[in-house]
Amino acid sequence: MANPVTSSILQLPKRPWFWAFVASGITFGATYALTEGSGSSELISAALTFATFSAIVGIGQMFVITMGPGNVDLSIPATMTLAGTLSLKFMDGSTALILPGLGIALFVGLAAGMFNYLLIRLLRIPPIIATLSASFLYQSLAIWWNRGLRIKPPEALADFTTGSLAGIPNLTIVGLLIAVASWFILQRSIFGRWLSAVGQNTRAARLSGIPVEAVKAATFIGSAVLASLTGYLLASFSGGAALNMGTEYLLISIAVVVIGGCSIAGGNSNVPGIWGGALLMFLVVSMLNSYGLGAGVRLILTGTIIIAIVAAASGRKGSA
Amino acid sequence: MIGKYRILLPVLSLAVLLAAVFYLQPRAMSYFGLNLLFNLAVPIALATIAQMMIIMVNDIDLSIGTFVSFVACVTATFVNETPLLGAAILLASIMVYAAMGALIHARQLPAIVVTLGMSFVWAGLAVLLLPSPGGASPGWIRTLMTVKPPFVPMAVVACVLIAGFTHILIMRSATGTLLRAVGGNTQAVVRAGWSVIKLKAGAYALAGFFGVLSGMCLVGLTTSADANIALRYTLLSIAGVILGGGEFVGGKVSPVGAVIGALTLSLAGSFLSFMRLSPDWQIGAQGAILILVLAVRLIFARNGSRWKEAKNG
Amino acid sequence: MQLATTAGSSPPAIPLVALLDARMAFGAVRALDGVSLTISPGECVGLIGHNGAGKSTAVNVINGGLTPTGGSVQYTLADGSKGNGAAVARACGIRSVFQELSLCPNLTIEETIRVPHRDLKGFGWRKTARKRIAKALDQVFPGHGIEPGMIVGDLSIAERQMVEIAAGFAEGSIPARLVILDEPTSSLDAAVARQLLDHVRKFCASGGAVIFISHMLGEVFDVATRIDVMKDGKIIDSRPTSDFTQQGLIDAMGHVASTKAEARSQTSREDRIGEEVLNTPEGLSARRGEIVGLAGLAGHGQAEALARYFVSRSAGIHHTKTPEVAFVAGDRGRDGIMPLWSILQNLTLTHLPSLLRRGLVDQKAEDTLAQDWKQKIGIRTENMNNPILSLSGGNQQKVLFARSLASSAPIVVMDDPMRGVDVGTKQEAYDMIRREAEAGRTFLWYSTETDEVVQCDRAFVFRNGQISAELIGEDITEENILAASFEMHEEAS
Repeated sequence: MANPVTSSILQLPKRPWFWAFVASGITFGATYALTEGSGSSELISAALTFATFSAIVGIGQMFVITMGPGNVDLSIPATMTLAGTLSLKFMDGSTALILPGLGIALFVGLAAGMFNYLLIRLLRIPPIIATLSASFLYQSLAIWWNRGLRIKPPEALADFTTGSLAGIPNLTIVGLLIAVASWFILQRSIFGRWLSAVGQNTRAARLSGIPVEAVKAATFIGSAVLASLTGYLLASFSGGAALNMGTEYLLISIAVVVIGGCSIAGGNSNVPGIWGGALLMFLVVSMLNSYGLGAGVRLILTGTIIIAIVAAASGRKGSA
Repeated sequence: MIGKYRILLPVLSLAVLLAAVFYLQPRAMSYFGLNLLFNLAVPIALATIAQMMIIMVNDIDLSIGTFVSFVACVTATFVNETPLLGAAILLASIMVYAAMGALIHARQLPAIVVTLGMSFVWAGLAVLLLPSPGGASPGWIRTLMTVKPPFVPMAVVACVLIAGFTHILIMRSATGTLLRAVGGNTQAVVRAGWSVIKLKAGAYALAGFFGVLSGMCLVGLTTSADANIALRYTLLSIAGVILGGGEFVGGKVSPVGAVIGALTLSLAGSFLSFMRLSPDWQIGAQGAILILVLAVRLIFARNGSRWKEAKNG
Repeated sequence: MQLATTAGSSPPAIPLVALLDARMAFGAVRALDGVSLTISPGECVGLIGHNGAGKSTAVNVINGGLTPTGGSVQYTLADGSKGNGAAVARACGIRSVFQELSLCPNLTIEETIRVPHRDLKGFGWRKTARKRIAKALDQVFPGHGIEPGMIVGDLSIAERQMVEIAAGFAEGSIPARLVILDEPTSSLDAAVARQLLDHVRKFCASGGAVIFISHMLGEVFDVATRIDVMKDGKIIDSRPTSDFTQQGLIDAMGHVASTKAEARSQTSREDRIGEEVLNTPEGLSARRGEIVGLAGLAGHGQAEALARYFVSRSAGIHHTKTPEVAFVAGDRGRDGIMPLWSILQNLTLTHLPSLLRRGLVDQKAEDTLAQDWKQKIGIRTENMNNPILSLSGGNQQKVLFARSLASSAPIVVMDDPMRGVDVGTKQEAYDMIRREAEAGRTFLWYSTETDEVVQCDRAFVFRNGQISAELIGEDITEENILAASFEMHEEAS
């Protein structure tokens, strides 16, 4: 009877990532029109590079948010900072230690993710509180380790993070590989199915025999590992770890998930949308800059976009 | 009986921390010392109270830090120069909070995302007002914040006043009770014929009101403002509510506890400096205290339920 | 206030509430199918009926919570004026005491009274609230030992129920004139329950009215002046209490299961049933190939027993290709359906670990499995990739059956799976369960419908969270189940 209608409504959640890209395109076009094309390749390159950082942490946050209401990882900025600080200090500018340094960064992520999950499990507290209190610890650890020093990354690593291959920044290639891998995990692996099931209905997932606790643990670890990788790359890219380097990524990581069209109610995730959201966030900034509008207008616009998107998304659900 | 002693744990944590500080640095046990210890706690306590209003109705506010920053910017500019316009702006911002609560309830939106969006908006407005640090505190706020009452320093007096006032408002008054009932059992409130959307808007408006107070106090203490002045308050206020015995769902909050939680968090920093430990660990100590208190609370809760089981046979 | 007339004889002229041919439909389900009743001051009406008879719908229509889709509800206020709607019901002094519904666990007892008592405000409201609830507690449950300052969440279940009841009878700006008590004694011990019955009698004698719903027939006989028996959304019998006997009441509620013998002949094959495969601490047991029913009134612990058993037998951390137990949800929205997914994804969920190839889901194998089950149980859809919500309730339920049966689990737990399922689908599901049982699967089957329980090889009847009877084979009859579901002994008197 109402099959076509119902199914098209159910397809709607798949579309929002498309709009994030459309909006990015329009924003780019607007900037392009104003600058009459000058510097547009630099703009694309910068957008791709900076969007990479938001996209990687955004993917991690997306995994967590997919588990449903109340699941948010607030420790992403602190984990980024800690991983960046520790690995750069360890490498101390030595090219030979690039890979061990990466190992250190990823290990930080693994440990942080496990710690987050154990807090949730053992103290039986909501993920928000657990990741919040843990982030205080990570932040402090990073401050203590860093001691205000700014250690330069190994030259080769700095070159890699700022270089590009066939016009595409190396970092973007890394970011895209991660996105493809995440997409594959979500769409094709059993973990992706389980994650979506937990997010849609945790109780039903448990009653279907899904190892809910294992899925939760893996998700928080995954989010922290992606955050630590971003910390490592960002610190290398910007010539050293800074203690506040992660700060803005807390809100951005949640924002790109929402703009990208993932359902905050859980169970529904999409990787392309994260990239769309990340690109949009950067392009809006540069567009407003080139129109001579400051950070204030940009922030207000970002906030308005986020609220408009959730309000619209809930309206769609209401009509279904 | 367990619920009644919810307040004990925060009081205990503060007392232990305070005793440790006094032990390490007996000079802190003076009028001047106490004022120094707790000075910056007043705006944090107010922001924590604001966060508590939202948590009370089972939501969370990720925008309180940027909102307080925004208020600080308004206070340091408009309230200082054109008080009437400044007051109107602050009043309007409280209305925005109420509208946000109504919107969240009416459309059943996730509060975490809406307040996240609002945090960008407040931050943007603050940057527009004060692109670089500046402005000046209105004289009367400065006077109020630096007044030296006899015997007890202003910071302590202010905290006691805040705790007392919000306790009466939330825990004792008929309206406050109804607001807590929304968090405890929304269905019962609906069934008795109350308008939950009005109640939620009210709770959010109260949060806005205390956010405004927090921003004004902050400017009174710092004498100038900038757009990032209170960003840390978002996380601190959540931590303060939880530390003060509040819970995320079910309307279980305690205003006195929240103020004590805020005091504990701001004392943690001073404690470290008296320990001659690097201030690097200040944030870490706040996190550690939070985890510790939550762990102790879990043990209490377990024993409590065992005790209850034993009682009920 | 007028005094009560003798039980059941010509009712007083002005009824508090009058339902005239009230109808209530939820979609295709007719929960109330033309109910007419009046409740007058001084009456205590015992409302009884089996699961799904329409008791709670009737009560919600009477208290104004539901607006009937047909017929009328009319209230007569204390001043003689008439009206309808939820606000008038409140003004009329109609109060409902449902289990745990009106209390806020985070508030103190006096504070929680504030929610329904809208007049409590201003300076000194707390004192008034304390007086009201303390007085009511003293009146209803003398010697209760409950302080109005206690926090609701800290009270025992029995104490909470006492507060809930006392709040229903407490004074207020609008005095209570009709109090609806839904299973008020379910967690009270006999002595306290007797106090309540005494109070109900006193309350009615002074001109109040009460609707009393209970599975303890002794209590109903003890306190009611009139008993209304409901079945299939209708009142099938309404007489003064003295005209009923307990056995007569049970006969009135039930009906003779004529199809039973036939159903049994198909299922009962002793050689099919093997050794014991499960045994829980609360006394549930089942043997290989056996269909074990869980019966009793809804909400008496059957679903909890099943969930406890399932969770104890499946780990939350490891996954396995060979689960020991599989679960078929009855409350599809809460326990079963993944609303964002396709039919296929919903169907294969439990069996998924066995459909992996190199760590990834083998989509071909998944398709094959889905097609297989589509044929086997006849899911009515063109494409298994359609969203699950495009199916009718009955077909959704089939998918949930297939989800469990597709797995290799030797034991299948079913939590009232036929809720809201049409007759045709039910018949197909029965056949499927029988087939699977013959193949050696064991079923634990909680059902609220007696017709289904009588098909089982063995049945456990639950009452107050405990097993009150174990019936085997020919002993599984509607009469025996009803008798074990309702408390027959007059414990409370």
